[in-house]
Amino acid sequence: MTEPLIYELSAPGRCGVSLPKVDVPEAELPADLLRADLDLPEVSEVDVIRHFVRLSQLNYGIDKGFYPLGSCTMKYNPKVNEDAARLPGFALLHPHLDAGHTQGALALLYHVQEWLAEIAGFKGVSLQPAAGAQGEFAGLLMIRAYHRDRGDTKRTRILIPNSAHGTNPASVSMAGFEAVELPSDANGDVDLEALRAACDDTVAGMMITVPSTLGLFEVHILDVIEAVHACGGLMYMDGANMNAMMGVLKPGQIGFDVMHYNLHKTFSTPHGGGGPGSGPVAVGEKLLPFLPGPIVGIVEEAEDEDDAPLYGWVMPEKSIGRLKAFHGNFGMVVRAYTYMRINGGEGLRAVTQHAVLNANYIRARLSDVYHIPYNRYCGHEFVMEGRWDDAPDIHALDISKRLMDYGIHPPTNYFPLIVHEALMIEPTETESREACDQFIEAMRKIAEEAKTTPDLLHEAPHITPVGRVDDVLAAKQLVLCCRPTPDWSQQGTALKV
Amino acid sequence: MTYLPHTDEDRRAMLAAVGVESIEALFEAVPEQYRFPPLDLPEALSEMEVMAELQGLQAANASAQDYAIFLGAGAYHHFVPSAINHILLRGEFYTAYTPYQPEMSQGTLQAVFEYQSMLAALTGMEAANASHYDGATSLAEAITVAVNEARGKRRKIILSPAINPQYRQVVRTYMQGQDIKFVGDKGRADISDLLDMLDDSTAMLTVAYPNFFGQIDDFKGLAERVHAAGALLTVVADPIALGLFKSPGELGADMVVGEGQPLGIPLSFGGPYLGYFACKKALVRRIAGRIVGETKDNRGQRAFVMTLRPREQDIRREKATSNICTNQGLMALSACIYLALMGKCGLRTVAELCYHKAHYAARQIDALPGYKVDFSKPFFKEFMVKCPSPVSEINAALLHDWGIVGGYDLGQDYPHLANTMLIAVTEMNTREEIDALVEALKEVAA
Repeated sequence: MTEPLIYELSAPGRCGVSLPKVDVPEAELPADLLRADLDLPEVSEVDVIRHFVRLSQLNYGIDKGFYPLGSCTMKYNPKVNEDAARLPGFALLHPHLDAGHTQGALALLYHVQEWLAEIAGFKGVSLQPAAGAQGEFAGLLMIRAYHRDRGDTKRTRILIPNSAHGTNPASVSMAGFEAVELPSDANGDVDLEALRAACDDTVAGMMITVPSTLGLFEVHILDVIEAVHACGGLMYMDGANMNAMMGVLKPGQIGFDVMHYNLHKTFSTPHGGGGPGSGPVAVGEKLLPFLPGPIVGIVEEAEDEDDAPLYGWVMPEKSIGRLKAFHGNFGMVVRAYTYMRINGGEGLRAVTQHAVLNANYIRARLSDVYHIPYNRYCGHEFVMEGRWDDAPDIHALDISKRLMDYGIHPPTNYFPLIVHEALMIEPTETESREACDQFIEAMRKIAEEAKTTPDLLHEAPHITPVGRVDDVLAAKQLVLCCRPTPDWSQQGTALKV
Repeated sequence: MTYLPHTDEDRRAMLAAVGVESIEALFEAVPEQYRFPPLDLPEALSEMEVMAELQGLQAANASAQDYAIFLGAGAYHHFVPSAINHILLRGEFYTAYTPYQPEMSQGTLQAVFEYQSMLAALTGMEAANASHYDGATSLAEAITVAVNEARGKRRKIILSPAINPQYRQVVRTYMQGQDIKFVGDKGRADISDLLDMLDDSTAMLTVAYPNFFGQIDDFKGLAERVHAAGALLTVVADPIALGLFKSPGELGADMVVGEGQPLGIPLSFGGPYLGYFACKKALVRRIAGRIVGETKDNRGQRAFVMTLRPREQDIRREKATSNICTNQGLMALSACIYLALMGKCGLRTVAELCYHKAHYAARQIDALPGYKVDFSKPFFKEFMVKCPSPVSEINAALLHDWGIVGGYDLGQDYPHLANTMLIAVTEMNTREEIDALVEALKEVAA
């Protein structure tokens, strides 16, 4: 079951929109600057709607079912969030409009800055980063700027545990640092000996995910922070796993200097099939002057305490600068605001508690059939191995593909890299006990099939619109678009219109 | 609790399965003295109370719902066909993750492939990626491509001063940890001045099309000169303008980047927008971000999958072409649906409407005493007006007395353009609105 390409539905003369007539005297078009042809499809509105509805039916989203994709926090995305972001006073607001005419938007941004600072125990927040990776990059640029501001230019290294997300080392390189990988100990925590040996006056800082990508609360976290601070480095927390932390632990309180949030994970903004996200960055006292900006501040206190103050844009004194045009992914911040407001502080703590409960429930009920290398109470996710000695040809990927036949999205495969054939499972708090049970039953059934009917796994998935796709062929033939590109060197500039 | 389906019985049974007495016991590894801190946040509200609060906040903004908008400068009030939003709200699209599992993600993957195809056609390039955060960061990623293409030996980037000032700030933020030299954009250099800066340390020269002032610069011989110097040419282009004007590919560009917001994405106070990125195929292994390619499945059917994955951070880690992971997927879907709806004829019509209306507004305003429009170069949907008084004062009066959002104050970025307003006119501005703007400007000056 496949769908034709939009170009294959095209017929000359069709158009999917109605546009107004020109209501002003026409100006002369500069003929020598115009393009001769525009190779876009010609389709009617109904063709477009059916095409994209059919495409959507080839997709799987949280709205369709359980999506235990580890490290991605695929929680339910409340519908009211979508309505909130589409209110005309937000959706039709121009970003260059002056502060005086955007007080509602600025108030919303200001509150989210404040709440995010409170949730993680920090002093200041910038909402500018568009995604987690950009938040990481911002944090590292701030660490760099902080050391340089003190006249310390010899700190060129950032320490990273070997369980880290790939974005961590990639961000380190972009910021001009060298990434130094640290081993994990037998419990899946940072190897303290190796850490202490790596700490010297060339260390600019350390990036660490809490709970770790194994889903574990680092037992020695206070020792880790102390060791890095003792050598003059700063501590960066990758906040990808904040869904295990709200109301449980404030990273700023235990000594972290900077972290980023993923609003599209913890605060229920949708993942959109690959974004947009939002990756606000939060900092303690030391990095406050370096935040990317501008950020929203109170420029004039209200005279009456029932009135709103006057909000305005403020550039932090030693800011690393602007990370993107305008003010970050505002629409995603509106959604996160809505979510935080509906939950309140106790609601967010309950979110974390139930995310951790669900993960531990599934872990407990699968640990007799799957090998879980670090089997202790986990955070909001856990990692198990997708392999058995008595099913030698079965890989984690086979298990994942077979899970699709049960109508469930697979867990994350092959990450973190320190677990063989990793299956990383994050149910999130919005899944019911019944949904968890269905997943558990499917996983137990697959474990059985792996030994009795392994080909069922090798050939899976069977019920999806397409079977296993050939990614080697894709890279080899490298067909990245369906239209021929004109050879401009052979083209005249004569108009064909 | 909202969005939590657990009953007391569920919690009891689940805790029993785990073998603990309480949920709190699951957090034993968290240092006890810091465990379960108070959260000082406002009290929880119901859905209807939250919406009422949000209604109050949105009403405190001067949106295009209530005002005529002549402000652009990088974000534009264009027509968004209703069909787009209805597709975006399909849960299968907007609640999906990045399509790592192609068998369950053919919808997203084919839509990205179609987006890439239409973007390539629009820009005259051979390939496009699945998106960057916005036009500014897309330009920053192009710089990395150019420097890597020169194997790090060329580290000078020539930027036209007529590129969006925020883009020029962002690329400097991005490159502060790298040894990159930016030249060209601090003064009033024109295209020929920029060409004179080319040398054997230049990795890339970048121009805007139309430029930040709305003008179409003369690019004759530009690509030849840049290529003769061994550098790459990157063009920052408004995608709506490309419905009418020659594609950057035809003008010899190697990379085309820009803001895709005009392609069916609402203003939304600056985001989420869409950084589009298109390039020649020869560069495709160096670019950042997701790329979708065509392939086959094990049943022999056409299928799509993310390809050239070894460039990316989750595989290549510190040696990746970029750290980008989450991009602006749903915004690329918006642009894809927009381009499909508009098609060959519709996009050209939108571009022509912008062109005619902007020129009508320009002629009317130029005829007013005290105002002078810059007609020195061809322009598309934005133009510069020298005003008789500070732009901020005029705009305050337009907003307060006429319900009009005036143009952008160019003096804040370009000292030599004090009292100069950049006015944007799109297909959304009716003749009545334009006439009202002209009348208002006349009154304000009087």
